[in-house]
Amino acid sequence: MTAAVQPQRVFDPYEVRQEFPALNQEVNGKPLVYLDNAATSQKPEAVLQAMMHYYRFDNANVHRAAHTLSDRATRSFEQARLKVRSWLNAASPNEIIWTRGTTEAINLVAQSYGRSHLKAGDEIIISGMEHHSNIVPWQLVAQQTGALIKVIPVRENGTLDMDAYRQLLSERTKLVAVVHASNALGTINPVKEIIRLARQAGAVTLIDGAQASAHLRVDVQDLDCDFYALSGHKMFGPTGIGVLYGRESLLSIMPPWQAGGEMIDRVSFDTTTFNDLPFKFEAGTPAISQAIGFGAALDYLSQFNWEDIMAHEHKLLDRARELSQEIPGIRVMGDSENKVALLSFVVEGIHPSDFGTLLDHQGIAVRTGHHCCMPLMDQLAIPGTTRASFAFYNTLEDVEALFRAIQKIQKMFV
Amino acid sequence: MTEPTRADFFAKNTLGITTTLTDIQDTISFLDDWEERYSYIIDLGRQLPGLPEADKVEENYIHGCQSQVWIVHQLDPETGRLFLLVDSDAMIVKGLAAIVLVAYNGKTPREILDLDIEAVFEELDLIRHLSPTRGNGLRSMVRRIRSLAEQYC
Repeated sequence: MTAAVQPQRVFDPYEVRQEFPALNQEVNGKPLVYLDNAATSQKPEAVLQAMMHYYRFDNANVHRAAHTLSDRATRSFEQARLKVRSWLNAASPNEIIWTRGTTEAINLVAQSYGRSHLKAGDEIIISGMEHHSNIVPWQLVAQQTGALIKVIPVRENGTLDMDAYRQLLSERTKLVAVVHASNALGTINPVKEIIRLARQAGAVTLIDGAQASAHLRVDVQDLDCDFYALSGHKMFGPTGIGVLYGRESLLSIMPPWQAGGEMIDRVSFDTTTFNDLPFKFEAGTPAISQAIGFGAALDYLSQFNWEDIMAHEHKLLDRARELSQEIPGIRVMGDSENKVALLSFVVEGIHPSDFGTLLDHQGIAVRTGHHCCMPLMDQLAIPGTTRASFAFYNTLEDVEALFRAIQKIQKMFV
Repeated sequence: MTEPTRADFFAKNTLGITTTLTDIQDTISFLDDWEERYSYIIDLGRQLPGLPEADKVEENYIHGCQSQVWIVHQLDPETGRLFLLVDSDAMIVKGLAAIVLVAYNGKTPREILDLDIEAVFEELDLIRHLSPTRGNGLRSMVRRIRSLAEQYC
């Protein structure tokens, strides 16, 4: 682990939550209990300050103008890239491409790498628990190239059928794109093993890290993946910024997918040559303040020992699982031993959308519905779930408030 | 026993027939805490007779709701009145749909088109408490009912 800042602060969730302004408010007359972290996380004051500072003092376009502000903006923007590099332990900052988020990162790989390397009959393996963002980009590239999509089945307990995966792998497999942690179930997939097997078969790997990156420390060299996609806003940073990590040897042979601005080296009307990595994939003015804000979020996270954060989140999930056993008619989706702090459930006789409305009235924010995983919901034969997703700033009191509210709602339906 | 037909479901419905909008307005204004209001809305939903499974099809499906909603109708040729049935898999949505049904059921197409539903919602103080997505769902139901009425005008 090579964090930019050495951990030096004792982790205390009660202290930490004071540093997230949005958490400290009332909703519908009740103190907010924010349990929709898998959709987006709240932002610490340090992130808000970093973005504000940029706009107040350093606002200028990056990499271009010959003036002091632009120099400061460029420096902060590129420093943020270095922070991501060290957070993910990428081999080089050239491997860190800014995107708008995970979705754009996956689309970049599909359209740039996929479109130029896949051909008719090639196979792309995804899993049955993918978010639509890791299904549809591959469907598009499959239509464009004639490649085929194969799906690793999800077992009853919400884990991937690894035997089936081994069976699917063949010399036709050219790409394996799998989610690290499921946003709908919380299951943490054995991605290291998935990657190892894919590499043995000669396939390129992409890991959708949108959920996992807020809960696990990810080391891309240790995982040995070719691509890793994540979103800043789920990691306590701003919206509109995400990262594609890509192995440099692959990124350097991939064609640009969007054109204009910073990604250009030289343009004439006859021909254009492209800039080097990572700028080749960053067309137009980037999300400068968001990148800086994301860098500040990583600095914030780097203060803590990640083991402490993980232990706290485990405690939250254990308590949630324990309390769920006292709810008659509840069915928790996905009971893998290896889960991020997220509880997705259905309760007999009460539609998830009713739960969403009635929890909101008690100040509790959750997500309800299919969680952009319609194929998974179809397999589970449910219209959707109620999902409580925790972050390190949640407390055992938050978990208990949720279950008190669930019991209250059940009484309303009697 | 034979499966109940659509006509059986229409015959079973009392919302907008014996239960009127005034009844609902009176009850809701009497309830001041959110829990009682929602319990009442859930209860209204339960009073709906539902729909035959065969009617839960795309043709009757209302898009734009977070949960599944279906509306079917029939025009009484003698009186020229339009009768409606609505169903949803979510109880609060069903209860809100029941209120919309009460507002429109048994009216002539002209009366339906002339009804100021926003004013009804306003008076019930409903929309303010609904999330934008939920409010949109309710308006999608209204749009469907109005377009059904337009067919007969």
